[in-house]
Amino acid sequence: MTSAGREQFDVIVVGAGPAGIAAATRAAECGARVAVVDDNPALGGQIWRGGAEKAEDMQAREWMNRFQKVGPRLFPGTRVIGQQQSGMLLAEERDVPRTLRYRTLILATGARERFLPFPGWTLPNVMGAGGLQALVKSGLPIHEKRVVVAGSGPLLLAVAAYLRRHGAEIPLICEQTSWTRLAGFGFSLISHPGKIAQGLKLKLGLGFVPFAANCWPLAAQGFDRLESVLVSRNGEKQEIACDYLACGFHLVPNNELAALLGCELRGGFVAVDDFLRTSVPAVYCAGELTGIGGVELAVVEGEIAGLAAAGDESAARALFGNHRKLQKFVSSLARAFAPREELKSLSSPETIVCRCEDVTFARMGGHASSRAAKLHTRCGMGPCQGRVCGPAMEFLFSWEAASVRPPVFPARVASLSGMETELEVESDRTTGGTR
Amino acid sequence: MTASSHDVVVVGAGIVGAACALECARRGMRVTVLDRDVIGGGSTAAGMGHIVVMDDSPAQFALTQYSRQLWNELRDDLPAEVEFERSGTIWVAADEEEMEEVRRKHSYYTSRGVNAEIVNSAELAILEPNLRRGLAGGLLVPDDGVLYPPCAASFLIERAKAQGVAIHLGKAVQQIGRGRVRLSDGREISASVVVNATGAWAPELTPGLEIRRRKGHLVITDRYPGFVRHQLVELGYLKSAHSISSDSVAFNVQPRKTGQVLIGSSRQYGAESAEVEAEITAKMLQRAQYYMPGLAQLSAIRAWAGFRPATPDKLPLIGPAPEDPATYIAAGHEGLGITTSLATGRLIADQLTGADSSIPIGPYLPSRVAQEPSHV
Repeated sequence: MTSAGREQFDVIVVGAGPAGIAAATRAAECGARVAVVDDNPALGGQIWRGGAEKAEDMQAREWMNRFQKVGPRLFPGTRVIGQQQSGMLLAEERDVPRTLRYRTLILATGARERFLPFPGWTLPNVMGAGGLQALVKSGLPIHEKRVVVAGSGPLLLAVAAYLRRHGAEIPLICEQTSWTRLAGFGFSLISHPGKIAQGLKLKLGLGFVPFAANCWPLAAQGFDRLESVLVSRNGEKQEIACDYLACGFHLVPNNELAALLGCELRGGFVAVDDFLRTSVPAVYCAGELTGIGGVELAVVEGEIAGLAAAGDESAARALFGNHRKLQKFVSSLARAFAPREELKSLSSPETIVCRCEDVTFARMGGHASSRAAKLHTRCGMGPCQGRVCGPAMEFLFSWEAASVRPPVFPARVASLSGMETELEVESDRTTGGTR
Repeated sequence: MTASSHDVVVVGAGIVGAACALECARRGMRVTVLDRDVIGGGSTAAGMGHIVVMDDSPAQFALTQYSRQLWNELRDDLPAEVEFERSGTIWVAADEEEMEEVRRKHSYYTSRGVNAEIVNSAELAILEPNLRRGLAGGLLVPDDGVLYPPCAASFLIERAKAQGVAIHLGKAVQQIGRGRVRLSDGREISASVVVNATGAWAPELTPGLEIRRRKGHLVITDRYPGFVRHQLVELGYLKSAHSISSDSVAFNVQPRKTGQVLIGSSRQYGAESAEVEAEITAKMLQRAQYYMPGLAQLSAIRAWAGFRPATPDKLPLIGPAPEDPATYIAAGHEGLGITTSLATGRLIADQLTGADSSIPIGPYLPSRVAQEPSHV
């Protein structure tokens, strides 16, 4: 190639959460030239948010220190918005376009909370559980506020514990799944002692916070902001006054980039082989994208993908046993926290399903597919690109996911204009190119 | 289903098929519509939704003028989700040479009853402050409009249903001819007439039709109400879009009722996949920014691509198939299917009932293409 200054990496990792950090670290330790791209300002992703200094978790600190020792190139605050051509990602860093070339790509874009519509869910102060936690991390005062935590999945406990440590009062944690399913989940934990410890730690932090299974929100109530939550608890209605409702129905994978690159999906998750190779040559995938399985699984998947991408297949193979063991957790989590049928009938006709385009539940009726609904109601056509309403519609109407359109995230028109020379200059300036 | 149960089976529930079904039902025919997918899911979903008078040929002018009038008559009946807006079109002239074209177009339009107004450079800057300075002027055609095509197709289908039309979605058709329709599931339906309204896919059911797929890309932004006020089309478009063999891009932006800005356009032959191509998207956006530099800062939320059903002489095929009088073609509308759908429905129904048409139908008859050399 004539343009010697152009940045090319052996391995690019998209996502700097646990899987991405492990992948980048292992690949860099093998001597590969590695870059990590993440839209957050620091390492850590959602779960290890905030970088090594802020990490409260031993494992997080260890991995971040190990990451920094081998020093993969980190592009923080940078969003991958598409693929310019094969082997060349298009990204945006604070509105400035950037192209990045790779030989192998590892997708570790993680997961997000699933939201399900119910009357009042769009009222101010009804928030995603993880979203509220992130706001508190960045300074939202929560001391002495009453926060009902509702939905499904282990994240609810983690969020409740965090909010409580920061002075919030938690009148109730509502877990929609049944005690039977939870017990089944607990039983399956026996083979994962690490998980039990984690669970206990959370539990200790939670003290005497009431926890109810078979319990889910029926309506968020209030005039111009949230005042109370009506929940169904063991079949009885109960109204709980509160300042915030932190809500999330387990997790769904951030599979948009993988889908856009053409990776085969199964049930919304990226299909991978033992080395975490996807159906697209030179593209690997690790962490929640292959199945919701928590931090430990994400880390070992990151390690395998990083090693395999850097060419050390035997070291990757050595982790297969542990990987297989941790993978069992994926199906037990999915079973335990699958949303119950009753959640499909929470909405009233006026309940908003798509917040970006103000599409009501009533308008969704009669459509045969997510594409038909999208075309005729604009559901999912707004700036969130269906990230919120898409998974909800798939659950509510048992639809297949609508196809993904570029850009992966909203991007400036200029960034999609691929003015090649500008991009090269930009990339050279910021990467110390040697032209 | 028996032969006597259908007068007309329309294959394709895009905007053209919907308009044909509605018009045939209005004239008392028993109509069924079939589509392999959803209402307005093909070229209808991919297009911009411009209701525009064009004059590449006298026949194109006659058809677009007639059809625009039909849309404007329907205006008050259109529900909000059709997002109809009489935004007007401005044909933007970059230089004096293009102003010549503005003057020619102006006299052509106004002498044939289409309102149009020449605007100079300063007036253009007032009408569209986000256009770059230094453009020569343009032609404002105030009665043109924009709408949201999938919901417009749904609206026509709903009206057709009210007239007794049956619609079956998710029904792929494998073969048509001699008054018979064979579905992919093996079933057969008979009808006096089968209308092939499958747009860019019409030759698959009626082999030999001179319709090629001409791929186009579009990008839509987040909401910026007032950023652009009229449908804007560069007149340089005449230089680029007429090229029938090579890929081209042109400046064409449209204000949506939502406040979003729809940015086009691109034209490609020979592209088989509807995948968004980064390179031609980039060229298209560069062209748009050359005219409207402020577009650069707007947030683009989605890009997509689709196929125009293009014919060699840029006129649709409306009428009986050359070798099968029981098959009618209503396809090949290229980039004007939204505009010309209503007129197409009228012309098909006129032919089926032996009624006189409001405009001469000769230029649109499928038989004329068969007689002409294939590359005009």
